[in-house]
Amino acid sequence: MAFLSENAQKHLANRHRKSRLFALLCAIVTWSSVFLLGVLLVRITLDGIGWLNWNFLTSFPSRFPAQAGIKSALAGTLWLIVMIAFISIPVGVSAALYLEEFSKRGRLDTLIEVNIANLSGVPSIVYGILGLAIFVRFFGLERSLISGALTMSLLIVPVIIIASREAIKTVPMSIRYAALSLGATRWQTTWSHVLPSAFPGIMTGVILALSRAIGETAPLILIGAASYVAFLPKGPMDSFTALPIQIYGWASRPQAEFSELAAAGILVLLAVLLLMNATAIFIRNKTEKRLK
Amino acid sequence: MSDFTPNTGLSFSIHKGVTRWGETAIKFWLGSCTALSLFTTAAIVVLLLVESFDFFMAVSPIDFFFGTRWVPLLKPSSYGVLPLLWGTMQITIGAALIAIPLGLASAIYLSEYASNQVRAWIKPILELLAGIPTVVYGYFALTFVTPMLRHVVPDIQVFNALSAAIVVGIMILPTIATLSDNALRAVPDSLRQAAYAIGATSYEVTTSIVVPAGLSGVMASFLLAISRAIGETMAVTLAAGQTPNLSLGMLGSIETMTAYIVQISIGDTPSGSIAYQTLFAVAALLFFITLMINVISQWILGRFREVYD
Amino acid sequence: MALAEFVDATTEKKQTTEAVLELQEVSVLYSGKAAVKKVSCTIWRNRITAIIGPSGCGKSTLLRSLNRMNDFVDGVTIEGQILFAGQNLYGEAVDPVEVRRRIGMVFQKPNPFPKSIYNNISWGPSINGYSGSMDELVERSLQQAALWEEVKDRLQESALNLSGGQQQRLCIARALAMEPQVLLMDEPCSALDPISTAHIEDLMFELQSRYTMVIVTHNMQQAARVSDYTAFMEMGNLIEFGETDQIFTRPEKKRTEEYVTGRFG
Repeated sequence: MAFLSENAQKHLANRHRKSRLFALLCAIVTWSSVFLLGVLLVRITLDGIGWLNWNFLTSFPSRFPAQAGIKSALAGTLWLIVMIAFISIPVGVSAALYLEEFSKRGRLDTLIEVNIANLSGVPSIVYGILGLAIFVRFFGLERSLISGALTMSLLIVPVIIIASREAIKTVPMSIRYAALSLGATRWQTTWSHVLPSAFPGIMTGVILALSRAIGETAPLILIGAASYVAFLPKGPMDSFTALPIQIYGWASRPQAEFSELAAAGILVLLAVLLLMNATAIFIRNKTEKRLK
Repeated sequence: MSDFTPNTGLSFSIHKGVTRWGETAIKFWLGSCTALSLFTTAAIVVLLLVESFDFFMAVSPIDFFFGTRWVPLLKPSSYGVLPLLWGTMQITIGAALIAIPLGLASAIYLSEYASNQVRAWIKPILELLAGIPTVVYGYFALTFVTPMLRHVVPDIQVFNALSAAIVVGIMILPTIATLSDNALRAVPDSLRQAAYAIGATSYEVTTSIVVPAGLSGVMASFLLAISRAIGETMAVTLAAGQTPNLSLGMLGSIETMTAYIVQISIGDTPSGSIAYQTLFAVAALLFFITLMINVISQWILGRFREVYD
Repeated sequence: MALAEFVDATTEKKQTTEAVLELQEVSVLYSGKAAVKKVSCTIWRNRITAIIGPSGCGKSTLLRSLNRMNDFVDGVTIEGQILFAGQNLYGEAVDPVEVRRRIGMVFQKPNPFPKSIYNNISWGPSINGYSGSMDELVERSLQQAALWEEVKDRLQESALNLSGGQQQRLCIARALAMEPQVLLMDEPCSALDPISTAHIEDLMFELQSRYTMVIVTHNMQQAARVSDYTAFMEMGNLIEFGETDQIFTRPEKKRTEEYVTGRFG
């Protein structure tokens, strides 16, 4: 037989060696990503933990590292979360509902779909420029919270649309047919059956999108969030700073103390993100149970 | 529900011509939200075109696209964008060289070798890596990667392209790993079984059957990751410096297109000046490049779906 | 051919030849649950053995244990012995890759690689270090699978452009190119139309002189038409094993009779 010479036997041993080596290599590469995440977190924790205390959370930024805090940045970020959520969720989910439940799949709808996919790939800094030109300048909203929230909403609405559509797609057609066969209108079907079934998935997507917005720095820098703000915003028209801006401000200074302040700021930012993701998981688990 | 009458007899009427105003209004609202995405795109395109047009009235496009000096703020000023483009390319190529092999290897591990439990652990960890804000990666590059590199290359500068490229590579690795994993797992199992039944080893099945079969999805993930690297801003602004530079070595300070945009918007450049308009010209170039890559990647993905449906 | 010779040839065919696979109390367990229970039988050289039985009786599981394709299912364990040319397939020193290149398999649904027709055939031999003329091997395999005439002018086209029946014959050709000693077929015609099915059955007759085949089928007519030996399985147990004529005309067990006469299943 052509295949079974001693040569082939040796050949097979080589193939097995190659195969095992390859599998091992892939495993090592993957696990080193995990290791890397560990290094990153440990490193930042070691740098910043010494500065993380009540004083840090309740002080305004300062020229003197020892007195500097992130009160205004934290407040700005919390304002932003709430405002972005109020703007982007209704718009994003509505658009997703339109595309999944009402659109006639014509040429215009195809164009819109392609367009949304492209928008989600536009660099965030370009949204910053758009926000600067439209909200700050054209509508005269100045360098305010509302400008920041609107800009960030533009950025994450495509992400929310895509995630919500995925969630809506998982709702079985039979539910819609059942409701429609009882004489419900399209919207009644959507509101009473499709939306509740898709809710956990939509919420997960929305919170992931929001946490992306919270970590974004570039668009806020573009619309002019300052890194030195020594007061708390009282309304949407006030100027502001936010956690990533404050971190950037500190990290870009050469002194070691400010670098450590940046690390402490990062810890706070990561804590906020973690809290949001935990909320997403909590909501998902809770509503999924209810629906089952 | 005042007009609801129980079906006691055989009476039936169709309200033809009745318009449900509520339904129409809701549909209009939903449609408007959808149309907003078109307005966003239109606004970006019009804004960038109009402002760049003003810029190109003052500076010849030839000088912009082929000039090798980028000195917009000092006299004598020069507006050759090549140094910025080259800065972006250095970061992107460096990041891709790191993230493509490692990301693909991780994807292969996840889809072909890892057990379900292991995958259930690793995927969220990769998502965590992807979800870390980019400013954090910038900090990591400045305070960890560059000092580490100094042990190997002592004359590396504080701001350098290499450490920025490394962290951008780490940043886009999860994109490649997760999207390629999805693509590889979409390859029907029957193909793997056919290959194993011939007497192939797992390496042969993976490299000659599974990866080629999922190649379009894998390529699309590379392109999406590259487009992210090109548009990446904060890590390169913090770590790579602000020195437009056409040199080859990655050990010194450079400036990417995105870092330049940040530099101008932080500085007190008066709006309306040519220096200010460079912001839009550079942003238009950035937008156009990433758009092209995204469109190509979607086109590849579209073809991919045709094969398997 | 004289009548006497013909009779001789058919009787000779009935006689047992050497054993290729010997199953000794083979059990296949999925996470501890037995899908195949203590099956013992012999697969004879250059004969077609059919495994029949109702859905879920374990016939495909048994087939897949013959070339260790069950290795890819999580939590599967095999008990008993399967001797191939006297060697236990599940012995410690046995390399499953080598098992599979000697015991080929054709699957329920045609599964050509998304490559050209030519490369579908040539890939297996080339990774296994085949050093002869690849063109000849491809042509020979396709001819054996009765596909050559239909595809000889488009060998570089994608195999996905072929019809379902052609794809399945390509998969058979792909397995034959490895010159296996045994060819396992897992309901090879269940996804095909009647004409393609007839093609494949004719093909099996022709291949019989060179290959040992084991075919799983839920189509009893097919088993009766093509096979020399038939194994009837139910709920993981081998109820009866014997020459096909005997199983279909004079079954020993009541259950077998009920099944082949269509009273249940």
